[in-house]
Amino acid sequence: MAKQRQLIRDFSAESNLFLRRCLFAVFFCFLLILIVLSNLFSLQIEQFEDYKIRADGNRIKVVPVAPNRGLIYDRNGVIIAENRPIFNLEVTIEEVPDLEQTITQLQQLLALTPSDIARFERNRKRQRRFQPVTLKSNMDEAMMAIFSAHQHRFDGVSVEASLSRYYPYGSALTHVLGYVSKINERDLNLVASWGAQSNYAATKNIGKQGVERYYEERLHGKVGYAKLEVDSKGRTLRILEENPPIPGEDLVLNIDIELQLYVQSLMSERRGSVVVSDPRDGGVLAMYSSPSYDPNLFVDGISQTDYSKLIQNSDRPLLNRAVQGQYPPASLIKPHLALLGLEYQVVTANTKIQDQGFYQLKDVEHIWRDWLRRGHGHVDIKRSIEVSCDTFFYDMAYKLGIDNIHEYMSQFGFGEYTNIDLLEETDGNMPSRGWKRAKFNQPWYIGDTISVGIGQGYWTATPIQLIDSINTIINDGQRFRPKLLRAVKESNVDIPEALNEAPPIPVLEQKNWALVKQAMDDTVRLPHGTAYKAFQNTRYFSSGKTGTAQLFSIGQDENVDDLIIADYLKDNAMYLGYAPSEEPTISVIVALENAGGGGSNAAPISRSVMDFWIGDKYASQ
Amino acid sequence: MPVNNSIRQSDGFLTKIHIDGWLLLSLLLLMTIGLMTIYSASGQDIELIKRQVTRLGIGLVAMFALAQIPVLFYRNISPFVYAIGILLLIAVLVFGVTGKGAQRWLDLGAFRFQPSEILKLFVPMTVAWYISRLGMPPSIKTLLMGLLMVIIPTILIAKQPDLGTSLLIASSGIFTLFLAGMSWRIISLFTLLIGSFTPIMWLFLMKAYQKQRVITFLNPESDPLGAGYHIIQSKIAIGSGGWTGKGWLQGSQSQLEFLPERHTDFIFAVFSEEFGFIGVIGLLLLYGFIVGRGLVIAARCQFLFGKLLAGSITLTFFVYVFVNMGMVSGLLPVVGVPLPLVSYGGTSMVTLMSGFGLLMAIATQNRVMPR
Repeated sequence: MAKQRQLIRDFSAESNLFLRRCLFAVFFCFLLILIVLSNLFSLQIEQFEDYKIRADGNRIKVVPVAPNRGLIYDRNGVIIAENRPIFNLEVTIEEVPDLEQTITQLQQLLALTPSDIARFERNRKRQRRFQPVTLKSNMDEAMMAIFSAHQHRFDGVSVEASLSRYYPYGSALTHVLGYVSKINERDLNLVASWGAQSNYAATKNIGKQGVERYYEERLHGKVGYAKLEVDSKGRTLRILEENPPIPGEDLVLNIDIELQLYVQSLMSERRGSVVVSDPRDGGVLAMYSSPSYDPNLFVDGISQTDYSKLIQNSDRPLLNRAVQGQYPPASLIKPHLALLGLEYQVVTANTKIQDQGFYQLKDVEHIWRDWLRRGHGHVDIKRSIEVSCDTFFYDMAYKLGIDNIHEYMSQFGFGEYTNIDLLEETDGNMPSRGWKRAKFNQPWYIGDTISVGIGQGYWTATPIQLIDSINTIINDGQRFRPKLLRAVKESNVDIPEALNEAPPIPVLEQKNWALVKQAMDDTVRLPHGTAYKAFQNTRYFSSGKTGTAQLFSIGQDENVDDLIIADYLKDNAMYLGYAPSEEPTISVIVALENAGGGGSNAAPISRSVMDFWIGDKYASQ
Repeated sequence: MPVNNSIRQSDGFLTKIHIDGWLLLSLLLLMTIGLMTIYSASGQDIELIKRQVTRLGIGLVAMFALAQIPVLFYRNISPFVYAIGILLLIAVLVFGVTGKGAQRWLDLGAFRFQPSEILKLFVPMTVAWYISRLGMPPSIKTLLMGLLMVIIPTILIAKQPDLGTSLLIASSGIFTLFLAGMSWRIISLFTLLIGSFTPIMWLFLMKAYQKQRVITFLNPESDPLGAGYHIIQSKIAIGSGGWTGKGWLQGSQSQLEFLPERHTDFIFAVFSEEFGFIGVIGLLLLYGFIVGRGLVIAARCQFLFGKLLAGSITLTFFVYVFVNMGMVSGLLPVVGVPLPLVSYGGTSMVTLMSGFGLLMAIATQNRVMPR
């Protein structure tokens, strides 16, 4: 049919048809123009008198009034994000007789910096008429005293109070709270997509990171407005009517500020992160990513030098390692894998192997070394967790296969967002055949599975995922996922928020959970356990698992001691634990980058945290 | 056609550099009016004018560059660029710069990029390419295929969500089909279908803020701080302009800042207040001339692809004008469409000028092209 048409195509007929359509389009456009014109005629000519009177009498201006941002408290009611009154020197240009002279005099009087003047000049061009322009923001008391003594000399210049966000604990809570900062074009688009432009009509700052960003809409509140009477030049004469704004919600976090500060002091300048949570509800008691920075820098606009310092710092303080750091989970996930092995009956509680320090497959030349060169000897599954025997898990992973591991570990939340209330979260990687095919266009090799068996290879996880997964084990498969928001404060009463729950993991055998937990108890309690040393003489029983993630593969026959390993290639030290063992009230993950062994470096920090928290509790009871 | 030839001869040099003199002249005139009005609306902000001049310059360069490329080349790449555009739209939905809301941008590291913009041109180009291969009028099958080419990007962009752009793209594609001779029976059928589709859109497809806009349009007093206030103030500005207007820089509504979005979407209200009904007639004549010139170029073109594309670009340009004027004067709901080449900024400026580049290519390469 189409071919035939092609053959008998009549070009002049086509041209005529097109012309007819064009003429119709012209006619139609003409019609629409007439409609627009007649509407404009009606507005501009017929109703001219009416609108002229309205325009002349248009002395009432509606001005939006920004709501106060909601405050943020820790679980004990300590304010961790507040609105502080600050005092700005404002200039209403239209009311200043001689602007240049005024600025020069003020500059001398108050020792204003050239950057103050430059910012003023920039803002001046954007400002509406008869609206004050800030000359100096956040004046100190001395400056205010000097100015008030000379105020009579400066018409049109005044000190105005406004509210500014302030984070009293500075760098301790940066990665939890985030910060607010000036609304930019991208934020405006975002606000428009919520359909909230008019609600932000008077708002200057918006949450850019952390809780401030995640709960932006709840913290923001609802805009109010004032009807002003203005004179013919646009100067405000009086306020006719006020519809006050509704402040944002006051939020209460699960964070305990004392614990948070203690964790910060433990980490000092080390690179890494600590997350402490309550396994009974998934509430995050402390979350610290190190190094950190002062969020207050961002509130009034960070200076270029401060910002480039942050950006160029090779320790990457802007990164929230607790939710964005992606590490090989290493031996931390041996308990999880043990559960899987028991569930799929690849091993039983009585399965024993003889570990000679390495694992080898038939007809494969490659050998997979245990971290202990001489091997752990005769071990069963429980002891393999306690001493962190690699060989046992190499063999188990080989028998399970990647498909089973992928499916089961995805249920534990690996490779997926925990949906903690932070938008910065990353999801790590739980590798599978399909993933490797898509990423590298390569088939999955058995060797890949064996590395995954000790949490290495392509497997990466974030600290928040790991603590979430240990909470799942503590609760025998019930899942309370991590959450920062605890409650909303309304007239001094905390109204609890819903927990971040997820469907439980089905495990058939209750005794498997118990066995794995027993192994983690003994990792801490028995002298051969990898965390025994770090937890000697505690006043409570705790449980846990050490992890040392290799970032650098050592050749088959090389001896580690012979190699000088660069700092950034050193192992990551990790510890994942909880206490008290019988009825856990906290779980802790410590992940230190390039710090060496988990048992000797990460476990002691975890112990200090537990001592602090449980010691406190015991002392107060 | 003697008239045709005399114009050709007098424009000899311009034709050689692929510029349509009349079109260029009217575009420059329009830009000047735009700059004057922006200057007034922004409270004489010279910085703003500088930035707008830069943008217009970029637009003119884009237009000039695109006019040099053979139309045949555009025709040949249409389906491929269209396919890439669709893939990019999907990429935006999947990987687009997130936030809790709209995802229109694709972050390519160095710069951010809005794929829906290129589709504004490539949807009509692809439909024109498709029909020009099969001839006019389109058979039912051709028509359905053409509609599919329009509907896919329309839905993808509406999902971002960006209703304004998706409607512009839909109309540009449908204009192409209309000019190609889509039968009247089918046109009336579609009008009916769309009519009955509206309630479904309201119930299932429109986002809360889009519904809010319509509600505000029907009852401006329901949102005194938002669009309702805008419309009331905008009508006062237009109405108080009268026959001759209050004079440049003299409009009280705009100068005293009662009017929101003065230099962007609502700039027509500033123009109407300061230049009055006579000025408005002048502006409409100028727009009318551009549309007329575009259609003349389309009708004179010797090959179908060029005809359809030129016609569609021109009619889409008219839709901008009509929708913007309609919304500013209270005839249509507020949908965030700028007044072309007059409003300040707008990501669509370069796209519009690129469209005129294509139009000029079609106007001046008539003889070089095979039939």
